[in-house]
Amino acid sequence: MKWVEIGSASDIPQRGARCIETPEGKIAVFRTADNRIFAIEDHCPHRGGPLSQGIVHGAAVTCPLHNWVISLETGKALGADEGAVRTLEVKAEGDKLFLAIKAAASRAA
Amino acid sequence: MGQLMKQRLVIVGNGMAPGRMLEHLLDAAPGRYDVTIFNAEPRVNYDRIMLSPVLTGEKEFEQIIIHGDGWYIKNGITLYKGHKITAIDRVAKTVTSDHGVVEPYDKLVIATGSVPLILPVPGNNLAGVLSFRDLDDVNAMMLAAQSRSKAVVIGGGLLGLEAAAGLKMQEMDVTVLHLMPTLMERQLDPAAGYLLQKSIEDRGIKVITKAVTKAILGERKVEGVELADGRIIPATLVVMAAGIRPNIGLAKDAGLDVNRGILAGKGMQTSDPDILAVGECAEVAGQVYGLVAPLYEMARVAAAKLAGDDNAEFVHSDTPTKLKVTGIDLFSLGDFADGDDRQEIVLRDASAGVYKRLVLKDDRIIGTVLFGDTADGAWFNDLKKKQTDISEMRETLIFGQAYQGGTPLDPTAAVAALPDDAEICGCNGVCKGKIVGEIRAKGLTSLDDVRAHTKASASCGSCTGLVEQLMTLTLGDAYNPAAVQPMCGCTSLGHDDVRRLIKAKSLKSINAVMQELEWKTSCGCAKCRPALNYYLVCDWPGEYADDYQSRFINERAHANIQKDGTYSVVPRMWGGVTSAKELRAIADVVDKFNIPTVKVTGGQRIDMLGIKKEDLPAVWADLGKAGFVSGHAYAKGLRTVKTCVGTDWCRFGTQDSTGLGIRIEKFMWGSWTPAKVKMAVSGCPRNCAEATCKDVGVICVDSGFEIHFAGAAGLDIKGTEVLGLVKTEDEALEVIVALVQMYREQARYLERIYKWTKRIGIPEIRRQVLDDAEKRKGYFDRFVYSQKFAQVDPWSERVSGLHKHEFRPLATVGMAEAAE
Repeated sequence: MKWVEIGSASDIPQRGARCIETPEGKIAVFRTADNRIFAIEDHCPHRGGPLSQGIVHGAAVTCPLHNWVISLETGKALGADEGAVRTLEVKAEGDKLFLAIKAAASRAA
Repeated sequence: MGQLMKQRLVIVGNGMAPGRMLEHLLDAAPGRYDVTIFNAEPRVNYDRIMLSPVLTGEKEFEQIIIHGDGWYIKNGITLYKGHKITAIDRVAKTVTSDHGVVEPYDKLVIATGSVPLILPVPGNNLAGVLSFRDLDDVNAMMLAAQSRSKAVVIGGGLLGLEAAAGLKMQEMDVTVLHLMPTLMERQLDPAAGYLLQKSIEDRGIKVITKAVTKAILGERKVEGVELADGRIIPATLVVMAAGIRPNIGLAKDAGLDVNRGILAGKGMQTSDPDILAVGECAEVAGQVYGLVAPLYEMARVAAAKLAGDDNAEFVHSDTPTKLKVTGIDLFSLGDFADGDDRQEIVLRDASAGVYKRLVLKDDRIIGTVLFGDTADGAWFNDLKKKQTDISEMRETLIFGQAYQGGTPLDPTAAVAALPDDAEICGCNGVCKGKIVGEIRAKGLTSLDDVRAHTKASASCGSCTGLVEQLMTLTLGDAYNPAAVQPMCGCTSLGHDDVRRLIKAKSLKSINAVMQELEWKTSCGCAKCRPALNYYLVCDWPGEYADDYQSRFINERAHANIQKDGTYSVVPRMWGGVTSAKELRAIADVVDKFNIPTVKVTGGQRIDMLGIKKEDLPAVWADLGKAGFVSGHAYAKGLRTVKTCVGTDWCRFGTQDSTGLGIRIEKFMWGSWTPAKVKMAVSGCPRNCAEATCKDVGVICVDSGFEIHFAGAAGLDIKGTEVLGLVKTEDEALEVIVALVQMYREQARYLERIYKWTKRIGIPEIRRQVLDDAEKRKGYFDRFVYSQKFAQVDPWSERVSGLHKHEFRPLATVGMAEAAE
């Protein structure tokens, strides 16, 4: 695993998300109303919808395609739906954000 | 000698503290002193706290007198009215008044009170600049108020707000200037300060916070106040209520020790053992006081001391602050700052305008702020004073004394216990008996019925809960309040209530709605946020700033998201008419961006599907060069106006249907609506534009234009209803715009026109937009106004760089970076 700098928190709108293109696919990085940062795969466990495009509320996002609600903390679908999306570690150093990328997976890619 | 020689007691000042001191002294040691009082004011002792009600006209001066002339005579006290003491000779032990009276003393009490702080700004001595300190000030204010013109009160503390409320009652146009961001910041936390400001503003008093006074303007008398930011507020009366400071000049000149106040020990004696100080001029243990309770405590101690009790000591205690403005309940006590070692308990009841906050430390109350409901203030004060351990009742503490020990009070039982003449609806003055009577007499079973028949909760709606409890009480199980479907899990309110309350309470931001309507979540959900955003956009055009993050992705990206995460783009083709130039531009864009699918839509335009999000701004840039704007094919807003060729080409055409369609589309594009709105104009009853299954349709006939609405051709299939026939294009446009505006203002989010119509009823809609010319004009004008802010092409805005971040990845992590 390797920490890669991806930009600064202020580049992400509050209650919004931005995408990171990585060798292991698109990663969505979210910033909540209380300025917490989360990273998950940009791929809804239901039908693969781009979660980065959803409405962010609390620490969850609603998928824009069919309204599944995914927890940003656990990656799990909330409510009656079942499924999960992979979460990634993000850390902040000052204003800079770093994303934990699986080095092995990317070599293989 | 059988009797002690009487000592001479001289008192400088005749306010509330020395008045109370004399009462104690006359009780404890009657006849011990010959008492002489010098009062700079030409009158007896009165209740200064009650000057506010005198200013509002609620009380007369006679009603606030504490000691009338008779009291002084009865007790053998000499009162010099209108004598100001100018010097104390501590060696000769005499005082001298400005009228030349020299009075010897054995004991002297200084009670000179405080003086108002006059801001050191130019113009502060102009005629019309007053303070709010004594009856003369009040009389001057009441005189000034007869002009019914403009007043400025500088200072949004206790005194300033009472002055403002009083002047408002005297029918002046009042503005309060306050230096800090929230009112009464020394007694209230920001949340209560916000509610207070609202209550003050509800009375028609303007409040400007963070207002730095630069100068008072005018030649010889006041004409206005200038703020540091350049604003000028016209005024013929300026009241300085920016604070007070202890009046220590006399004591200082006499060589007594002073700091902020006249330094006094716990027995109230000054640095001269024969001189005592009481009241606002005195400083005890580093504190000066302005509220009456500690001043009375000083009076008690000073009297004991004068009566010969050397053990009496002043004890500090926090005093609750209350604002004496009728109808504003406010209570503040102790220390309410945040801190790591403190916990807080907060209760908000936004609809009732109630805010309660208790600050706890080590399971004891150290501070309390109550707004709107101060009934338990005394109890909290008592718990704080006695340092009661509250851990046992912590869960219910905030609900007050009535909830302790025993079963919590059932709210319905509380309503049942109200007398019949208890007012339930303050807006419309409806009492409990009236509501219960109507429910029984008319067999009312729904809240709407009760509103229609009694007007209770029909205005601001803040008493809706009470009315519902009355219905439960009267109807038992026959009443099912859950019949109103809540908007979402974040609230128990339905769409209609939320829309009504947004207007009634002038809520102008999503945060304000969530706070005031007590949202159960901190930032809503994907259901309520887009709805609230629409309601606010619709109700406050030009004032509300669209909350981008509360819009569904299609309205954020201004294109339609597809199942693979790509987007489709539909440019506007006015009335479905296009040209070679436009078609060529579309063809070029399709080639340049390798757009996989191009399709003609049902709304007479062209859809380009499968465009990557990153390419959208470049696609729009090229389309924009050919004159295209967004077709809003993604919006809860006006989509298309489909037309047939009408009299231009068709041998059956009766009117210029293409022209009318284009005119409607150009007039209405860009408007946001509760759900999508599709329209059509057909040139004759053959109806080639299929206008009779649209949200709004026009069928042209020889005699004019038949306006249709409430059709559907989606999940439901439904032919339109006929609204009516109008003669001219202008009339047709006005009626259609009014209809859509009525729908915009009243429908629930995502509710199509046909569903809304089913709820409201066709006759009511016809009455408002067709029969009632004034109502129609109102709807029309409001639509036109909101279009000023809505008719901006979102594509060209984004081509120029707006919301750039939306269309770019935050970062691209390459293979090398990840692997290195």
